Amino acid sequence: MKATVLVRLKADILDPQGKAVLGILQNLGYTGVRNVRVGKLIEIELDDSRQEHPESQLQDMATKVLSNPVIESVELKLDDAGVRK
Amino acid sequence: MTVGIIIFPGSNCDYDCYYVLKRILGVSVRYLWHKDTDVSGLDLIILPGGFSYGDYLRTGAIAKFSPIMTEVKRFADRGGKVLGICNGFQILAETGMLPGALIRNKTLRFICREVYLRVETDQTPFTKLYVPGEVIQLPIAHTDGNYYADSDTLKELEEQGRIVFRYSDPFGNLDEEYNFNGSLNHIAGIVNQGRNILGLMPHPERRVDPIVGGIDGARLFESILELVAV
Repeated sequence: MKATVLVRLKADILDPQGKAVLGILQNLGYTGVRNVRVGKLIEIELDDSRQEHPESQLQDMATKVLSNPVIESVELKLDDAGVRK
Repeated sequence: MTVGIIIFPGSNCDYDCYYVLKRILGVSVRYLWHKDTDVSGLDLIILPGGFSYGDYLRTGAIAKFSPIMTEVKRFADRGGKVLGICNGFQILAETGMLPGALIRNKTLRFICREVYLRVETDQTPFTKLYVPGEVIQLPIAHTDGNYYADSDTLKELEEQGRIVFRYSDPFGNLDEEYNFNGSLNHIAGIVNQGRNILGLMPHPERRVDPIVGGIDGARLFESILELVAV
């Protein structure tokens, strides 16, 4: 099973990276761009046969290791079991 | 008095701390490898600056799972003093031993420069020898030093007098121009509720030996070590 973990800075946290990308896009003439936020995408391969509860395991990994709940939110996407937020 | 200095893979200010404590202040010092689990006999544990695990994932995110961190938490729970400098502060924030997080500088750049800091309180074991309101100079050297905490946490830190250092101008005024990394409330260093854990982004260990051009960091170590009568 493959999982994709999307890590985003929480909405109320200033994202200077997103701001810099927004700046260059606007400078290049992409005037329709209103806002940009930059996050992280982490791909994980799981051995299904060895995981009893892959979803809860992933959730655990996502909040304990892959993200810092103080500043980030996570979204899990499981290839075989559909999408779960 | 014995001080432990933790070395994580990627720490690079460990020897600066060792030099200051051992050679300048004449204190007994022990290096601790991040896989060590014996912190017995220590009075202070320092998490030095650097780039533990290459800052991969997030600063401090991998170091927080080092075996020694379980012992550091126990040590602090028993009232042991813990000092996290720069990357050490980031690790303490990741473990939750200090609230909030250190995010990317507002400029997106690595900033290496001298800063002015206003000392906010002498009511910590780390700042007994400073005078509240005095302005000191220490260097910073980081990419992720922009202090963030939610508004409830900030309020708590303010009300409990747990903000220890703030970035200021040379006269102690809080000016956004001197808040180089964009920290909320100009925060450069905080203590936990028990006031035995200090995390700060600036480097006091780099301003102890007069040969480097300043000694404003010396009193921080002298405060902890009670080397000078208050």
